[in-house]
Amino acid sequence: MSLSTKELTLGYDERRVIEGLNLALPKGRITALIGPNGCGKSTLLRALARLLKPREGAVLLDGKAIHTLPTKAVARELALLPQMPQAPEGLSVEELVWFGRYPYQSALGNRTAHDRALVDWALDQTGMRIFARRPLETLSGGQRQRAWIAMALAQETPILLLDEPTTYLDLSHQLEVLQLLQRLNREQGKTIVMVLHELNQAARYAHHLVAVYEGRVVAEGAPEAVLSERILRQVFGLKAHFLRDPETGTPHLIPFALARREEILEETL
Amino acid sequence: MIKATHRPKHSSIPLLALLLCGLGILALGTGAVRMSPAEVVQALLGPHDETQARILYELRLPRILVGALCGALFAASGAILQGVVRNPLASPDIVGVAAGAGLAAVVNLMLLPNTPAWLLPVGASAGALAAFGLVYVLARQSGEVLPIRLALIGVAVEASLDGLRRLILVRADDSIAQALIFLSGTVYGADWERLFRVLPFAAVLIPITLLLHRRLDVLSFGDETAKSLGMRLEPARLVALALAAGLAAVAVMGVGILGFVGLIAPHAARLLVGPRFGLLLPASMLLGALLVVAADALGRGLIPPIEIPAGLLTTLVGAPYFLYLMRKTGRVR
Repeated sequence: MSLSTKELTLGYDERRVIEGLNLALPKGRITALIGPNGCGKSTLLRALARLLKPREGAVLLDGKAIHTLPTKAVARELALLPQMPQAPEGLSVEELVWFGRYPYQSALGNRTAHDRALVDWALDQTGMRIFARRPLETLSGGQRQRAWIAMALAQETPILLLDEPTTYLDLSHQLEVLQLLQRLNREQGKTIVMVLHELNQAARYAHHLVAVYEGRVVAEGAPEAVLSERILRQVFGLKAHFLRDPETGTPHLIPFALARREEILEETL
Repeated sequence: MIKATHRPKHSSIPLLALLLCGLGILALGTGAVRMSPAEVVQALLGPHDETQARILYELRLPRILVGALCGALFAASGAILQGVVRNPLASPDIVGVAAGAGLAAVVNLMLLPNTPAWLLPVGASAGALAAFGLVYVLARQSGEVLPIRLALIGVAVEASLDGLRRLILVRADDSIAQALIFLSGTVYGADWERLFRVLPFAAVLIPITLLLHRRLDVLSFGDETAKSLGMRLEPARLVALALAAGLAAVAVMGVGILGFVGLIAPHAARLLVGPRFGLLLPASMLLGALLVVAADALGRGLIPPIEIPAGLLTTLVGAPYFLYLMRKTGRVR
């Protein structure tokens, strides 16, 4: 399953957020969408997840426009973890994970052995088995996020989309979530696309970065290629020292000053 | 909450059903002519004493059945709405059902002072559905009905229709007092005819609702999650809302506007069996039935021969109970 966009234009009401975007998301890799607030990266993720109808162009799933495919068929190919997912109060972790099987169940909702096996597998993968009977609201932020990821796993999709999966988590829970995603990518070959704010985390955990600024993709590629001095100024308006992560060899930034974006932008145009 | 995790959640259902049967027998014996539960069972099973049989079969039994059925309908409607709107304070009122029914009843009596007895409830029920239609159309924006928008517009429509009703009542004469009794929600005078008027609709709507329980579950997640699980949100939401309005409108046909049942019963049921509709719907319906039968029995038994309308009692008992629930559970948010 490959996910790409063709001449994709997105917007809300009168406002155009993304304009004429052509983007291919590498299969079996982790892609991070980066960019300042309001640049259109979350909007792009929503469109990739079929939550937002394109103004023009299309999101293509294996070459087919995602909006012409049946909703349930799409739900078997890609799962989404929204930024602030809401569940009915009192729902237990295991009950939540079972809903991941919804796209596969008939109207009567008969549960097969395969459904059962996948729910168990998802609970194990995320280390949530011990919390299976706990209501979601009694869990910590990191545990809750893992519960939602378990539900997305039970959806048995080759593609996983996540909107800022680490926001509101403390540092150790952030790493916990990112390492889980890394392992799912390595061991299950899942294609993962996520919006991330922390550039160093994006550099460390993603294979592919897509830098979005004012509705356009300004740069994409390996973290070393994307996180340049020029892009950092142009997209984030920052000056930074560039170091190497001693563990992974990926770029590590230490921002030290704000930079003016406009001049640089004109230069490159 | 904590208790619910220690024993199987579904064990509450048969328990509630038993409780309802027991309460039903007590209620059959309550009223101006008192009968002990043993006498009631004997009269139902064995050879009949003519007077007792008349009281039981012609007066009390249909009345209890109408009350139980309509309580269940209101409760199912409230359960659906609390899920779809994702707000535990939602009730059939927020889709305009109560005000629509009230206005229709008053208009009906004003235009047709000698309206036949059956037309009043049927008209009210039609008014309830019309009000729901109005709320839905107004809440729809670029093909989407956002739950918060629906709730706000529901409140506004409810207030407008209610205002209109009061305006009419200010100018109306005493004959409309009949409408006021109906509006306060009462099981008084419910007979077999009324039961059979409500039953066919209930027999269609309740099974449909139960069949859709998994969709209702998915609808009570956030919109984004529901969509990414493969649900076509708007059609599903319209079906759920229409079902909720329909259930409440049918209940109005039976007992008028019985306050608080649609709010409290699903809330209490959620504490017992959790939020999934597979158990939540039956538990809500049983609790709704219990609540109305209990209120009606109390209303008849407290100060006979004067009867307190069940609707008044459900509100009087329901509102403090609701406060108690809120304090007892006292969870975050």
